[in-house]
Amino acid sequence: MEIKEIIREENKVYSSPVLLDETDMHYCPGCSHGVVHKLVAEVIHEMGLTETTVGVSPVGCAVFAYNYIDVDWVEAAHGRAPAVATGIKRLWPDNTVFTYQGDGDMAAIGTAESIHAANRGENIVMIFINNAIYGMTGGQMAPTTLLGQKTSTTPYGRRVDLNGHPLEITELMKLLDGTCYVTRQAVHTPAAVRKAKAALKKAFQNSLDKKGTSVVEIVSTCNSGWKMTPEQANNWMVDNMFPKYPLGDLKNE
Amino acid sequence: MAKVKGAVTVNIARCKGCNLCVVACPTDTLALQPHEVNDRGYHFAYMKQPDNCTGCTSCAWVCPDACIEVFRVKVDE
Repeated sequence: MEIKEIIREENKVYSSPVLLDETDMHYCPGCSHGVVHKLVAEVIHEMGLTETTVGVSPVGCAVFAYNYIDVDWVEAAHGRAPAVATGIKRLWPDNTVFTYQGDGDMAAIGTAESIHAANRGENIVMIFINNAIYGMTGGQMAPTTLLGQKTSTTPYGRRVDLNGHPLEITELMKLLDGTCYVTRQAVHTPAAVRKAKAALKKAFQNSLDKKGTSVVEIVSTCNSGWKMTPEQANNWMVDNMFPKYPLGDLKNE
Repeated sequence: MAKVKGAVTVNIARCKGCNLCVVACPTDTLALQPHEVNDRGYHFAYMKQPDNCTGCTSCAWVCPDACIEVFRVKVDE
């Protein structure tokens, strides 16, 4: 059978998401952000929430998320996405509101906003991209950087006595009564991507059911910041990130 | 027995040659262009061995730039 006979509209089994704009993404080749954007676009479209969803984009690499996913967006000040999302959700309770934050945004400058929004049990979805580094500004140490991990501000590796321990903010969120669903996923293999999509779907459903805050952490790679190829970065993540940040549901109520 | 045949299309202009689809492909179908590059200078992905493709969609799931579309047909032998 000729390839031309296979490539027909009726045989299509996977197409790029409807909500993903034509704009080329500015992310480095192999960046996990692209996969997560794709999943968010697919989930919103499949759940029929296109017209009622408002995203809040962070400061960090994902700051331009509003250029890529065709829903309504608000750009928040650094770390303040959960506070802005709280305001939107309270004014428009029928809308689905989600934040999309990196580890610098949620675990460093926005820790207070994130934890208090989750503690109040706001009906929002928080998507947390944890790549253990400040990717946008040149690979500086983030709160989630692993012990011994080399970054541009810890060139000899992160030390406990100097830099403290990696912050497991998702574990902190689990302890709060306001959260209904706290999970940690990754997008390094096709199976993991499918699981992450199911987790995102569940989080958006919880928001529709008014169950409380859902936190979806995606353990991600930053191959540019880690100075690796995308493939090496995925392997490094499996070997080093997963022991510290194990995948799975932390809380599911 | 019915056999499954697949094919993929790659949005060449969008592809950044990250190689993740090639790694994810279980049937060794995909590869990066060894010499040719797109407008932005990336060696884009293509079907090196199109006969192997089963249309499993693994490449499309892991593609960070959503540039792969997958097609699949059942062929009766």
